[in-house]
Amino acid sequence: MGGRLFKDFSFFSATLSFFILIGIFSILFTYAQEALSEFGVEFLWSETWEADEDDEGGIFGGYIPIIGTLLSTLIAMVIATPLAMGIAIFLSEIAHKTLVKPVSIAIELLAAIPSIIYGMWGLFYFAPIVQATFGGQGVGLLTAGIVLAIMIIPFMAAITRDAMNTVPDVLKESAYAMGATKFEVIKDVIMPYAKGGIIGSIILALGRALGETMAVAFLIGSVMSIPSRVTDPTTSIPVLLANNFAEAMDLEMSSMYYLALILFVVSFAIISIAKFYFLSNKVKA
Amino acid sequence: MNRLILNKIVLLLSTLSAVIGIGFLFWILITLSYKGISSLSLSTFTNDLVEGGIRNLLVGQFTMALLASFIAIPIGMFAGIWLREYSNNSRLANVIRNLSDIMMSAPSIVIGVFVYALFVAPFGGYNGFAGVIALTIMMIPIIINTTDNMLSLVPKELREAGIALGGSKHKIIVQIVIKAAKVGITTGILLSFARIIGETAPLLFTSANSQFFTMDLTEQFPSLTVSIYNLATYPDEASRNLAWAASFVLTIIVLIINLMGRYMTRNKK
Amino acid sequence: MKVKDFNFTYAGVQEPSLKQINLPIEKNKITALIGPSGCGKSTLLRAMNRIHDLYPGNQYQGEINLYGKSEKSNILELTKENDLIELRQQVGMIFQKPTPFPMSIFDNVAYGLKLAGLKDKDELEAKVHKALQDAAIWKETKDRLHSSALGLSGGQQQRLCIARAVALKPDVLLFDEPTSALDPISTGAIEELISTLKEEVSVVIVTHNMQQASRLSDYTAFMYLGDLIEYDKTETIFMNPAQKLTEDYITGRFG
Repeated sequence: MGGRLFKDFSFFSATLSFFILIGIFSILFTYAQEALSEFGVEFLWSETWEADEDDEGGIFGGYIPIIGTLLSTLIAMVIATPLAMGIAIFLSEIAHKTLVKPVSIAIELLAAIPSIIYGMWGLFYFAPIVQATFGGQGVGLLTAGIVLAIMIIPFMAAITRDAMNTVPDVLKESAYAMGATKFEVIKDVIMPYAKGGIIGSIILALGRALGETMAVAFLIGSVMSIPSRVTDPTTSIPVLLANNFAEAMDLEMSSMYYLALILFVVSFAIISIAKFYFLSNKVKA
Repeated sequence: MNRLILNKIVLLLSTLSAVIGIGFLFWILITLSYKGISSLSLSTFTNDLVEGGIRNLLVGQFTMALLASFIAIPIGMFAGIWLREYSNNSRLANVIRNLSDIMMSAPSIVIGVFVYALFVAPFGGYNGFAGVIALTIMMIPIIINTTDNMLSLVPKELREAGIALGGSKHKIIVQIVIKAAKVGITTGILLSFARIIGETAPLLFTSANSQFFTMDLTEQFPSLTVSIYNLATYPDEASRNLAWAASFVLTIIVLIINLMGRYMTRNKK
Repeated sequence: MKVKDFNFTYAGVQEPSLKQINLPIEKNKITALIGPSGCGKSTLLRAMNRIHDLYPGNQYQGEINLYGKSEKSNILELTKENDLIELRQQVGMIFQKPTPFPMSIFDNVAYGLKLAGLKDKDELEAKVHKALQDAAIWKETKDRLHSSALGLSGGQQQRLCIARAVALKPDVLLFDEPTSALDPISTGAIEELISTLKEEVSVVIVTHNMQQASRLSDYTAFMYLGDLIEYDKTETIFMNPAQKLTEDYITGRFG
C-alpha cells in the first residue's frame, strides 16, 4: 500500500541523518588512527608541525591550531556578546514598531552573507584599519576575531531576541507598573526569565564560531606560530585544514584528521550542552 | 536620578549596537558593490575562468547546489514528516531531532574532509559528485528542521478533520498538512538553498575547482566560491578584480534568494 | 448506535476517563451530551468515529455498536485501516474550530468523495452542489466555488465543514461543540442547520451551552467525571431531572 511505503521511506530518511553523523565520527576516527597511535594525547600540546619529505612522515602537533581556534573564538565572543545582547534588547524592547521589521531584516541579511565574502571584505577593507589602529600586519588573530564576531552577532542576536520575546507581557507590565525603568525591567525581569535561552544562544554561537573557516582563513595569517601579541598572525584548525589538506600525505593527513576529529567532537559537545542545558525550553513538543 | 541616567545609557548603548550592526552591513554591501561593479563587464559573464570570466563558475555552483537540492529536499522533508507525523515524539524522534539540529551548526570543513575520505580518495581525485554530496549533507538538516517546525504549526484539528472524512494518513499528510505548511516550508527551502550556494569549505577538497566550462561531474568541477578563495590570493590585480566581481555576483544572488524567501512569508500572520 | 459498557482510558493515565457508559443514539434524532469540563463528553464523542486512534496507547473496553445498513457491528473491534475508513465515511465529525482545508471551496467539499474513490466529474459536481445546499451555504458560495475556502468567515467555514461531512451521506454526524468558536448569529444559523439535518442523519452533539442543548436536542445525556449520570428525553432532563446532580448542573449550581 502506498501508505506503508510512504511511512517507511519517511523513517528511512529520518534515520539517515543519524547514520551520517555516525559515519562522520567513524571516518574521522579511522583516518586519524595513524596520527593517534603515533602521537597520542601529546598531540594536543605539541607545537611542532613539520613534514618530513623523505619518508612522508614528520612530527605534527596540534597545539598551535588548537590555541588559534580557541583564542580567535574567545576574542569573537567577547566582542560579539555585548553587541548581540544590545541588538536583541533594541529589537525586543526599544525599537518602535515600524523599525523592528527593517532592522530585523538587516540583521538577518548580515547572517546571510557568505563567509567567504566576509573574508574578502575583511582582508581588503577591514584589515588595513585594524593595522592602522592596533599595529601589526593587518592579518592576524585580532582581525580574525573581530570579523568572526561580526559574523556571529546576527545569529546570537536572533536567538536571544526570541528568548526575550517569550517573557510574558504581564510580567513586564507588573514591573513597569511599579515604576521600574526600562533597563531595570530588562535586568530584573527579562534577563532572568530568558536566562536559559540567552546563555544557550551564547554557547551555540561559540560552537559555530569554532568551526568557521573561510573568513578566518583570509584573516588570521595562516602562520604556524603562537601569537605573542594579539595582532600577530597565527592559524586555527579550520584554516590549517583549508590551506594544507590538499597537499598533505599519510601522517600529515592523518594528523589533520586528528585535528578535524577534535574540532568535530568539541563543537558537537558545546552545541549539545547549549541545547540540552539551556535551550530545552525551546524544544517544541 | 541615577536610575534614569543608567537607563538612558543602556538604551543608548543598545541602540548603538543596532546601528553598528546595520553599519557593518552597509559597509560590506557598499564596498562589495563598488569593487564588484567596477570589475564587472559583459565578458565577465560570457567568459569562463580560463579567460577571465565567471560563466563556468556560476553554472558550476548552481548545478551542484541544484543537484544537492534534488536529493536533500525530498529526504529532508520526508524525515521532517516522520518526525512530526509518524513518530509520536518518541525518544528516538527527539534524538534524531536534536542530532539534526546539531548537524546544522557543525563545522563545514569537517564535512568536506569526511566526503573526501569516502568519495574522493577512493575514486582517484576531486569530482563534482563529491561536491554535490557534501552540499547535500549540509542541506539535509536544515530542511528537516524547517519541515519539522512548519508542520508543528499546523493545528491538529486539520489532521483530525481529514481523518474524520475517511482519509488515510499519508494522503492527509500530503494533501492537507503539507499544503497548509506550504509557504513556510518553501521559504525554508529557499533560505537553505541560499545558504549552500554560498558555501566554500565543503567544496575545497571535494569538487575543488575548474577553469573550464564542464558539466562532467566525474572530474573537478567549477565553483564560484572556491574560485574567490583562490583568486583573492593571487598577486595580480586582474585576479583580484575578478574575485571582487565574483564576490559581488555571489552576494547579490544570495541576498535575492533570501529576500524572495522572506517575501513569501511576509503576508502570513 | 448503541454504546454498551464502554470504558476508555487515555494513554499513560491510570484512571479511566469514561466508566461503564451505556447510551443509545436514536436514529434520526439529535442527542446532546452535556456536562462540566472534563466530564468526558468529548472523549465519548471521539470514540464514536475512532478518532482516538490517531494517538496511540489509548484503551477501550466494551462495545460501541453501529447499526449501519442492516447488521450491527462493534466499531471498537475494527482493526483494518479500510474498515476504519469505511467507519468514518458512515460516521462524520465536525469540530469545535472550523477546519477548512487549504484548497478551494469545491475541493474541500469534494475531498471526502474523492477519498472514497469518486472520480466522475459530473457526479462530483452534483454531489458537491447538493451538499452545499444541504448545509445552507449554496447561495453564498456558488459564485466562488473555486476560490480558497480560507476566505470564508468563521460561520461560513463551519457550514463548509458540515457540507464536507454530509457530502458523504453518513448515517451519523458527530458535532464537538460546533458553535463555541462562533458569534451568536452564526451560531443561530448552524443550530437551524443541524435541526434540518436530522431528517437524513442521526446527530450527536457535545455542547457546554445548556440552552443550545435544550433548544436543539431530542435526547440529552448528562455526564460527570466520566460517568453517565442521566439520560432521557430532553424535556425530562431539563424540566424534571431524576438525579440531584443533573438538577444542580442544569440550574447552574456548578459547571
